[in-house]
Amino acid sequence: MTDVAVIDYGMGNLRSVEKAIVHVAGGAAVRVTDDPEVVMRAERVVFPGQGAMPDCMAEMEARGLHQAVVAAAATKPFLGICIGQQMLFEHSEEGDVAGLGIFAGQVRRFPEAKMVDAAGQRLKVPHMGWNEVWHHGEHPLWRDIPDGDRFYFVHSYYVDPADAAVTAAHTDYGLRFTSAVARDNIFAVQFHPEKSARAGLQLLTNFMHWTP
Amino acid sequence: MLAKRIIPCLDVSAGRVVKGVNFVELRDAGDPVEVARRYDEQGADEITFLDITASSDDRDIILHVVEQVAEQVFIPLTVGGGVRTVADVRRLLNAGADKVSINTAAVTNPDIVAEASGKVGSQCIVVAIDAKQTAPGKWEVFTHGGRRNTGLDAIDWARRIEALGAGEILLTSMDRDGTKNGFDLGLTRAISDAVRIPIIASGGVGTLEHLAQGVSEGRADAVLAASIFHFGQHTVQEAKAFMRERGIEVRL
Repeated sequence: MTDVAVIDYGMGNLRSVEKAIVHVAGGAAVRVTDDPEVVMRAERVVFPGQGAMPDCMAEMEARGLHQAVVAAAATKPFLGICIGQQMLFEHSEEGDVAGLGIFAGQVRRFPEAKMVDAAGQRLKVPHMGWNEVWHHGEHPLWRDIPDGDRFYFVHSYYVDPADAAVTAAHTDYGLRFTSAVARDNIFAVQFHPEKSARAGLQLLTNFMHWTP
Repeated sequence: MLAKRIIPCLDVSAGRVVKGVNFVELRDAGDPVEVARRYDEQGADEITFLDITASSDDRDIILHVVEQVAEQVFIPLTVGGGVRTVADVRRLLNAGADKVSINTAAVTNPDIVAEASGKVGSQCIVVAIDAKQTAPGKWEVFTHGGRRNTGLDAIDWARRIEALGAGEILLTSMDRDGTKNGFDLGLTRAISDAVRIPIIASGGVGTLEHLAQGVSEGRADAVLAASIFHFGQHTVQEAKAFMRERGIEVRL
């Protein structure tokens, strides 16, 4: 029995995600897998992602993981990370590619025109580094994480949900964007909890204890 | 607001930290895992390892170091030094590195930047630029520890590697490295203004004021330092408190 399946579709590096989850898992079985059967049988599912979303979608489809991901997102405690959050949406401006459509809305690139800070200095893209995450209401995954705590980000695109009610947190970078979404058994974040020191490990711990 | 990052850098040779470490605490001097943990506890935003292992027989040792550190330290880890091929990049990422820094190989074979970022994503690829001033307002790219001039203009080169897919630039002034006289702020600002990707300023930090200047005057997105942290002169916390006093956004 796999307690936590970390979905591997061949993109980017999942070692950091695996190590961070093992660190907080308290002996639970953690498996990095591209096997749809293992995903289907897992108690909890983590859906990470790095790189470009069109490549991620293509690799996921090529491995026959589409159905397993959709099924897991419908039933199990499900944590999307970075591109794993973006892929849950309908469509991305990156490569004009369709996502899984589990959340209504778009994935957009940081608009050049807004990439200026309060002092008039140009903001870099990718948005890379530690930024503040401001909660929208209570959620079990925010337990023991102060509102406005910093998490580690690295991305050039962000999600823009059609339904504002799914936004679980926002972050400011040139504009205000949704940095976490939540609905039922799904929680998904733009930042990297596995690289976010104490705050990130707390969020992963909360995920391991979450019973939606 | 996005915080400016402070990145301690560790030179590692054959599995040991070689620039001396806080010698007050002798018990863990030289052990990269212990040193990385201490910096993590102090609030370092990332950690960079530069593998300066001379013998090719000992090259794989860095992989074990990265594996051990990645099991205990949950902030971004960058590893550089001797990275020649996409296979080298993959090995380091698989060991637990989050970013890999490419230096000489990017100059001799720029395609490696495009190939590596295409395979693993720009976010994993840092290109290190070692630059020296050759005339007022002009800097050129050097390799082999500053001994070999490539003739490449540093600003043109920065734009080129950005176009090839570099996610970040680690910019070291070879004029300042080791001097403790502060960053080359003209160089840092020129490169930072020339590209849209983040710049890590490196080379010359001797005081906390230097770190603040790298951000405020050099417009760096992150500042890297070795000796002021290794020798116990300052902790990362002190550096952050100082920068915050100067009105710089940091993660405390």
